[in-house]
Amino acid sequence: MTARDEVLARIRTALGPERRPPAPVARDYRTTDDRPLPELLDVLTDRLTDYRATVLRCAPDAIGATVTAALDTALGAGWVPGDVVVAPGVPEGWRPAGCTEDDGRPAVELPAFAASLTGVTLAIAETGTLVLDASPVCGRRALSLLPDLLVCVVTADQVVGSVPEGLARLDPLRPLTLISGPSATSDIELQRVEGVHGPRTLVVVLAGD
Amino acid sequence: MTAVHLGMPKAQRPTLPTAPAGVGNLRGDRPFPAAARDALRDGQLRANLGAATTTIRGKRAGVVAEVPDWAQLREAGRAIKAATMARLDEHLEELERQVTARGGTVHWARDATEANAIVTALVRATGADEVVKVKSMATQEIGLNEALEAAGITALETDLAELIVQLGEDRPSHILVPAIHRNRAEIREIFARTIPGVDPGLTDDPRRLAMAARTHLRERFLRARVAVSGANFAVAETGTLAVVESEGNGRMCLTLPQTLITVMGIEKLVPTWRDLEVFLQLLPRSSTGERMNPYTSLWAGVTPGDGPQEFHLVLLDNGRTAVLADEVGREALHCIRCSACLNVCPVYERAGGHAYGSVYPGPIGAVLSPQLTGMSGDENDPNASLPYASTLCGACYDVCPVAIDIPSMLVHLRGEHVEAQQRTTPEAAAFRALARVMSHPRLWRLAQRAAGLGRFLARGRPTLPAALPPPASAWTRARDLPTPPRETFTQAWAREHGA
Repeated sequence: MTARDEVLARIRTALGPERRPPAPVARDYRTTDDRPLPELLDVLTDRLTDYRATVLRCAPDAIGATVTAALDTALGAGWVPGDVVVAPGVPEGWRPAGCTEDDGRPAVELPAFAASLTGVTLAIAETGTLVLDASPVCGRRALSLLPDLLVCVVTADQVVGSVPEGLARLDPLRPLTLISGPSATSDIELQRVEGVHGPRTLVVVLAGD
Repeated sequence: MTAVHLGMPKAQRPTLPTAPAGVGNLRGDRPFPAAARDALRDGQLRANLGAATTTIRGKRAGVVAEVPDWAQLREAGRAIKAATMARLDEHLEELERQVTARGGTVHWARDATEANAIVTALVRATGADEVVKVKSMATQEIGLNEALEAAGITALETDLAELIVQLGEDRPSHILVPAIHRNRAEIREIFARTIPGVDPGLTDDPRRLAMAARTHLRERFLRARVAVSGANFAVAETGTLAVVESEGNGRMCLTLPQTLITVMGIEKLVPTWRDLEVFLQLLPRSSTGERMNPYTSLWAGVTPGDGPQEFHLVLLDNGRTAVLADEVGREALHCIRCSACLNVCPVYERAGGHAYGSVYPGPIGAVLSPQLTGMSGDENDPNASLPYASTLCGACYDVCPVAIDIPSMLVHLRGEHVEAQQRTTPEAAAFRALARVMSHPRLWRLAQRAAGLGRFLARGRPTLPAALPPPASAWTRARDLPTPPRETFTQAWAREHGA
């Protein structure tokens, strides 16, 4: 008997010949969040800030300028636009002039960039979570991982209140990355320290009136 | 006269193979009381554990309290896991279909030895002699690192706490934070001693220590060709796997190498994508006390142009089906490895994780390890001592995000253990005598009157002295024995109401 058949046979033996149908799962927990959008944007900002991310709020027509301002603050004056790598689907208006578009080069070359710039597929306010789905605007997974500074642009229409609302909108067949703050660890005396292997700095540009 | 039966009603159930001895890390080398006694003498260990568990308990309580529907989520989590177990074979077959359809390869392992052989062969086939690892309880359980080493393959742990344990040639002592027994000064010492080229001015500032790990591992991540991970969840209906982490070492391993091998216990799956909406709320808040952990990676099979182009999923039994066969015990398979029960346990907080012997310490370990390995009738079987490593205070049940009734299961396993004993223990003899006394009203009254003699020994104190002569000392050494009351209930009744 193959291992597969044997493990399956063991399960059938363990469960016995007379199986009771499993009891239905009551989903009486909250699946929607009725708070108005401005409140959700405030919650998202609060949660991300709590994780030591920087959140810059701006009007929808000021994303490009805010991204540049974020890079000025995080990288210091004199940063080189070519050192910023952007996901291929990031709109022209968000990009700093002269930045490098990710062309699928070997991932080992990505840590040399000072920063990466991506969009998100959605954001969950209650947990302060950004979701990237490897679509063109989010870029491949390595892009938001290897450069030390990650700048993510979130537009107000992408913000949902709760985890159930967020997951319902996602495609489970895509590679998904849920990001809640910069890389962190609690491994030393269970105290949270930001910045281990992923980007040590996370800046979120949140656009909405 | 009715004979009084003292014990658990015996259930008939099929016997299935448990995890084999001699491989993996499910059993220590001595019983809990002996191991705990040494741990209790280590003042530094107790200070480290006390500080860390106090911190995490406070954080967890805060973020759980802010969720108004926590009770409903917890019940949904329990119900989903129960439903998963009731159809485990069907869900696993569906998972296999979905993973295969998306370019992954599924392997099945009856036990640790088989799983280790599968992973070793897969790594060898790539030609690599080094793998990077994401922290995984399943691979610790089966002793994968040791098996790879024996095959000439270096397994590099990349989670900070696992790295501390590996570099310190230590053993993990906590499910979530394997180096919880180490404080910052000890960690600094380990890094300074073992990391080649480490900054000699390294301080014990946690930030600086984390940076040292980042520098040490970055180049290894970039050159790694094979990664080995566990999985927090697998979704049967979509073939999606999930790894929940904090540092980004998981993302490195799941994204950069060409080949990814994931080893997962067969109980870790959930039937539907929607089920994750429950567990992704329950797990981070219970585990690190965060609203959400920094990084969660989800993937289904292979994605061209993004991440590993070869994906293997190893489904591991290693005693799980034996646990499933026990209708009471199978609830231990619902565990999502959050470690909240460790952090609230008064026994764990004092004895620490090493005393449990197994990679699964604390309350959940005390019910899971003995079931995975089975308890031999041998009185020196370390895992047979684990169901007794509890005060049955119930704190573990209260915090469990999937409502596993650990205290009831501990009592159930104590019963199993007593049944399995080959030799008559003093305890068994005592209970047999008690059953006889309780079956005869006259003997019972005499015994109650005799117990009143204990009042002389107590000399007015509420408990009897700890230094009673053997065999009573076996009980009073670790427990208070209350002084018998002046009169029994029957005597009081007779006095007030007439016989």
